Amino acid sequence: MLGLPIGFAAPWVLIALGALPVLWFLLRAVPPAPIRRRFPGVVLLLGLEDDESVMDRTPWWLLLLRMCVVAAAIIGFAGPVLNPQEQATSDRPLLIALDGGWASAPHWRAQSAVLVSVLEEADRLGRDAAILRLTTPAEPEFLPAGAWARRVAEFEPLPWQPDAAKVDAIIGQLGDNTFDTLWVSDGLAHDGRSALIEAFESRGDLQVVQRDELVVALSDVALQDGILTVTAQAAARGAEPKTVSIMGKDPTGAERVLATGALNFEANSQISTIEFSLPAELRGRVTRFQIDGVTSAGATYLTDDSIRRREIAIVTSRTDREGLELLSPSHYLRQALVETAEVIEGSIPDVLPANPDVIILPDVATLAPAEQNAVVEWAEAGGLLLRFAGPQLAASDLSRSEEHPLMPVRLRAGGRTVGGAMSWGEPKALAPFGDDGPFAGLTIPDDLRVTAQVVAQPDPNLAERVLAELSDGTPLVTRKAIGQGQVVLFHVTANAEWSGLPLSGLFVQMLDRLAVLSATGQSESGVMEGTTWQPLQVLDGQGRLLDGQTLPGVGGVELAESPVGAAIRPGLYRDGQRSYARNVLRSDDVLVAFDWPAGVTVQGLNRPTARDLTAVFLSTALILLLVDTFASLILSGRMRGFGMATGFVAAMLVASGADAQQSERTQITDEIALAYVLTGDRAQDDLSFAGLYGLSNTLYFRTSVEPADPVGVDLERDELAFFPFLYWPVQAGQPRPSAEANEKLNQYLRSGGMILFDTRDSDVARLGASSPNGRALQQLASALDIPALEPIPADHVLTRTFYLLQDFPGRYVSRDVWVEAAAPDAEQVEGMPFRNLNDGVTPVIIGGNDWASAWATNRQGTHLYPVGRGSTGERQRELAYRFGVNLIMHVLTGNYKSDQVHVPALLDRLGQ
Amino acid sequence: MSAHPQLRRRAEAAASRLPPLLARAEHMANTVLLGDHGRRRAGLGDDFWQYRPVQPGDGYRMIDWRRSAKSDAQFVRQKEWQIAQSVTLWVDNAASMEYSSHKDLLAKSDRARLLAMAVSILLVRAGERVGLTGYDLPPKRGDGQIWRLAQALMNDGSDDYGAPEARAMIPKSRALYISDFLGDFEQIEFALAKAADRGVSGVMLQILDPAEEEFPFHGRAVFESMKAQVNHETRKANDLKERYIERMRERKLALRNLARATGWQYECHLTNAPVQQALLWLYRAMERGR
Repeated sequence: MLGLPIGFAAPWVLIALGALPVLWFLLRAVPPAPIRRRFPGVVLLLGLEDDESVMDRTPWWLLLLRMCVVAAAIIGFAGPVLNPQEQATSDRPLLIALDGGWASAPHWRAQSAVLVSVLEEADRLGRDAAILRLTTPAEPEFLPAGAWARRVAEFEPLPWQPDAAKVDAIIGQLGDNTFDTLWVSDGLAHDGRSALIEAFESRGDLQVVQRDELVVALSDVALQDGILTVTAQAAARGAEPKTVSIMGKDPTGAERVLATGALNFEANSQISTIEFSLPAELRGRVTRFQIDGVTSAGATYLTDDSIRRREIAIVTSRTDREGLELLSPSHYLRQALVETAEVIEGSIPDVLPANPDVIILPDVATLAPAEQNAVVEWAEAGGLLLRFAGPQLAASDLSRSEEHPLMPVRLRAGGRTVGGAMSWGEPKALAPFGDDGPFAGLTIPDDLRVTAQVVAQPDPNLAERVLAELSDGTPLVTRKAIGQGQVVLFHVTANAEWSGLPLSGLFVQMLDRLAVLSATGQSESGVMEGTTWQPLQVLDGQGRLLDGQTLPGVGGVELAESPVGAAIRPGLYRDGQRSYARNVLRSDDVLVAFDWPAGVTVQGLNRPTARDLTAVFLSTALILLLVDTFASLILSGRMRGFGMATGFVAAMLVASGADAQQSERTQITDEIALAYVLTGDRAQDDLSFAGLYGLSNTLYFRTSVEPADPVGVDLERDELAFFPFLYWPVQAGQPRPSAEANEKLNQYLRSGGMILFDTRDSDVARLGASSPNGRALQQLASALDIPALEPIPADHVLTRTFYLLQDFPGRYVSRDVWVEAAAPDAEQVEGMPFRNLNDGVTPVIIGGNDWASAWATNRQGTHLYPVGRGSTGERQRELAYRFGVNLIMHVLTGNYKSDQVHVPALLDRLGQ
Repeated sequence: MSAHPQLRRRAEAAASRLPPLLARAEHMANTVLLGDHGRRRAGLGDDFWQYRPVQPGDGYRMIDWRRSAKSDAQFVRQKEWQIAQSVTLWVDNAASMEYSSHKDLLAKSDRARLLAMAVSILLVRAGERVGLTGYDLPPKRGDGQIWRLAQALMNDGSDDYGAPEARAMIPKSRALYISDFLGDFEQIEFALAKAADRGVSGVMLQILDPAEEEFPFHGRAVFESMKAQVNHETRKANDLKERYIERMRERKLALRNLARATGWQYECHLTNAPVQQALLWLYRAMERGR
């Protein structure tokens, strides 16, 4: 229609548009309703006749509006559709086959839109439909298409892909129905796709919708020499460049991007790699890798312990002798560990601050009590303490009568030696490992013999602590849980002195199983064998992590070997202390794009979707009708109330956006306000407010200074420039301002502000470090730019800015009030009562007289705190107010009163 | 009630800008009420007028002994005969006076009451007697009268249009009529004729809203009087404008002619004009007399 891609469901309704001109004339003929007006002059109108030739008509624009209403309604009822779909000729049911795997996930939303559009079109034609996901084989259920259109949102992509088994299941369930098929595919090849094409084509027409963009996925992350190599694959050559982000937890525990890198696919390669060199600390925090902008399980790569190098501390005695390396208890350990872990060596106090994952004590018998407590604490927080026996342990009394907290078992004195020159019997071999222990499934070399060991005392709980034993049943490895951590004791030495164990490959595997080492990367079916892994978090098709704790555990070998599916979901698994990440793609998987046979038509996903415009036109008609109502009201003069109401609403909407904070600050710039520093102590802040409120009132009554309400100032956030005066009550335990706040305060002091520090303790202490508040003040002031101070001199300007004062009492009477020291060259001129001090206002006044309490009043003007007793107290309060007035006058007028001009008048008043 | 002090305060504020208004005293034989206006002849009053020799018939009490002691003859001290003018007010309180065409404009009645009070205060200050026409509030002097006037002026009438009160006019007194004079013209004519018969002269002040003067309406409309007793429908109000203005001009001209015929003074005042302007005119009119 008119070159626009618009079609109509009921085109005959449009005939009604032809009636519009008739409507025009009808509407023109009806004049608008008269306005009723009160008008006393009506008596003069009586008898006046209207000129018959004049006819008041509806304004043309109102007519046009009403015509638009009718036209929009007519077009709306005709059922306009934007981009109408080609009408399918078939009336067979429609089967929609979705690949539904992770590869479809990035375009799932667009795909759902296409599905809805197709299903609604089918609904208009009265066709039945069914939706089938190839990832979850089920019998197709043919329902009216409209029912499926509403259910499209229920389908989510799954984190695996269809495979041959699933395709077989589907073909088996298709039955003998005939139907047309719309296959929404991701374009990846998989087994059985060709068979499925045949099955679909034998039952009706097949149409394929497939997105144009190539599937990309992360297939491998390898750690080599501290460099992380991330491998990404595309389904075909020439994929778009992408970026890869490394996600991890920052120190606060929030997930954030740790690093990003560009992923450029070479023109002739499907594979792209990118290398990251991250510090070990950062690498330890990595949780996953992802391709930015691609939301699919395949574009997310979870990491486990394999990229993490564990920190292992080997506690060494300080008596290393040169040349006896091979005899050193830690030599074999170091050799076994250094490849895969960060090894640190040192004494317990040296290594504990590094918070290692594992601490190994090779034949260390006794620890100092403080060290022992520290190690217990560390172990309870999840550390693994690995101990090896040895001559020292055997000779000591450790864990002999009482079980030592850092030993899994009690030990017999002396240990035992088997198969030596002085003993009977052969050296013992290891008994096979139990099926449920951590070493289950490990093979024991035939030539492994143990010649000496320490022997556990038989205790009731010994059996459950044994992890490995000798062929005669004596425990070889025992373990005990300590809090969240554990202690493991090898009853042999860590060197080859007592057994061949440290020389064998089994030693490394055992350490691995004990999570001493991290999983080594190439996965070690030997290590995985016999283990059961509990899913912690699993990926959904979109690459989001879901809680997997409710899913059943998975056997280690299946987890490592089987392809992902409903049973083995990609995600993060845990077995004891070890974690394992199963990803959608394994390093040897290859993405292959599928070449559709020549007979199949393949469409892109971005074809225009049909859009029903009925609602648009009808709502337009409604809105126009509303406009028409208002226009008619205005024309008939009844809009006044409405106008005021709508105006009011509009004003409210505008006003609510205004920034209240801004207006408050603007007010402060108009008026003067006294300010106090917010200490964070509510009671203290209220007192400061009440004090300054009382002082403000006094100023208002007695002077021309008329302050607004006092303002609390947060030093960290608020701008200080508005306030000429800050009252700062100092309390012990008050937080110290940050460096920025100190900078702000210094700027404030330099630019003419004044701070009154009040330690509020001069009843019990003199100024200085003798009281907690005094010390707090010293700490606060150390960062501030405060000049040299002196006790307030008798001729200071403060003594005469408004009242003549010599004392400055608050709630307490102390003469200890300090101000900036006068210039050293200020001298008293003969005959003058004051020195000539004409420079500067003191930036700080420091005292402890608790002035705020003396000033404090509530809103009614009632004093809140008692001052002194009786009339003496009242006098003291009055003097406190006078000090406040003088203070603010000093702040506002500077050293005006120090001017020579006033000296004669002052002399006169002083009677001198 | 709370509106009265407000009205009085505003009226006093408006009155304070003019010198006390001394309405011209009439030599009226039958008006015996005392006022501040000297009659230039001996009579009852406060101010000294003359000494005259004792005549037969004068009682001893009447002799001014201090003056008589200076000479051999006896003298009688005579005072100037003082009388006060009585002014009666009629302020239209009909519903038509409540009209205002714009929310920023006050109603006509408000302007009328304000002017009436201002004039009353001036008159009372000058020692005149002020009251309302009719029997409700006869002319009296003193501040108390101002309160009573204010109270009486606040009453709203129940009619659509007001008619001047022509009863109980004090002969030879003065009168002030304030109204929009949109009511029945014959009643106005009758009242003024009756006043002229009694020798009462006075001032007519017509107060109109700007809308009543200009008729700024258009479109289809039904015009109603304030109590909706009269209405008139038109399909195109702007067509009526010229004819309405013509009729209004005729009404004003008729009022002016009527005033001239009866010895009254007439002026028209719009509510959007300054109140001082009207008060100044009233002041002059009351002072000037006919």
